[in-house]
Amino acid sequence: MMEDIAMHILEILMNSIKAGASLIILRITDSLDQDVIKIEIIDDGKGMSEEMAAKAADPFTTSRTTRKIGLGLSFMKGLAETCNGTFKIDSQLGVGTTVTATVQKLNIDTPELGDIGEILMESIQSNGDIDYEFDYITDVNAFHFDTKMIRETLDGVSLLLPEILLWIKDYINQGIEQAKEEDTQ
Amino acid sequence: MKSLEDLKKMRESALKKVEMREGGKTYRIVVGMATCGIAAGARPVLNRLVEETAKNDYDCLVTQTGCIGMCTYEPIVEVYDKDGNHTTYVHVDPHRAVRILQEHVGQGHVIEKFTVEAARKAEGNV
Ligand SMILES: Nc1ncnc2c1ncn2[C@@H]1O[C@H](COP(=O)(O)OP(=O)(O)O)[C@@H](O)[C@H]1O
Ligand SMILES: [Mg+2]
Repeated sequence: MMEDIAMHILEILMNSIKAGASLIILRITDSLDQDVIKIEIIDDGKGMSEEMAAKAADPFTTSRTTRKIGLGLSFMKGLAETCNGTFKIDSQLGVGTTVTATVQKLNIDTPELGDIGEILMESIQSNGDIDYEFDYITDVNAFHFDTKMIRETLDGVSLLLPEILLWIKDYINQGIEQAKEEDTQ
Repeated sequence: MKSLEDLKKMRESALKKVEMREGGKTYRIVVGMATCGIAAGARPVLNRLVEETAKNDYDCLVTQTGCIGMCTYEPIVEVYDKDGNHTTYVHVDPHRAVRILQEHVGQGHVIEKFTVEAARKAEGNV
């Protein structure tokens, strides 16, 4: 299940949704020059105390009542460590949380990025009230996506219609592909 | 190529569809997306439902919910028809999901053998 980077990101996005965020920002910096993929997930949810943030990536830390272990953050941390990267949680109660992970791009253990369009579509669908910003930044190009702009264009029509959700997924993946192509030219 | 222009067109056709709908009602499909559902394979089911609904223009909304309380039957897909009747499909995979759209949403026929009632009967605990 946990093969690609996107699946790990989805877990972190679900944490932000659960934390009551109204805006979630996903930023992926994919740099060949620096040989690093940096993933930032920024939310304005309820945040964590310093004490909680310090131990949140421990698999035995969870505020869930349905199972005893929390895996989202600990798996992401494990991925970063396996792939010669870094992992960090910055959080403030009542303000929000930022999770930052890096992996080495050209590392044999670093998995594929995976289907970012799909996980964003799925997150958007799970709660139509949350806004998302997504940036995909390479050495020479950048793709930006913002649900606020989409909502404005739709002017009263729901983001959650299947044809719109599918468009969002395809539009995001197309944006990533284009940014990558220009990077290799 | 997808462009932001597409959104304006989709907006127009969505508004037209709402106008044409009798009584303003539509099918609603709800997928259980709690940990139990996801572990059993609800994600590909959800994605297939969204894709097929969009591509075939079924008059139907696809939404997510938490745990439905029957974890052993996951992935679970609930269909609410235009009259509010409710069918619970269990052990749904992407292939079954497509059939539910074709037969139930498309033609109005409940697929009895995929329902929770059929699954319970097969297990002998009716
Ligand atoms: N974005 C966030 N905002 C607030 N609290 C968070 C956030 N992310 C994680 N947490 C806290 O850290 C715990 C561990 O998270 P995680 O490793 O994903 O496991 P789980 O979600 O299964 O509990 C969560 O239960 C929650 O209390
Ligand atoms: Mg989690």
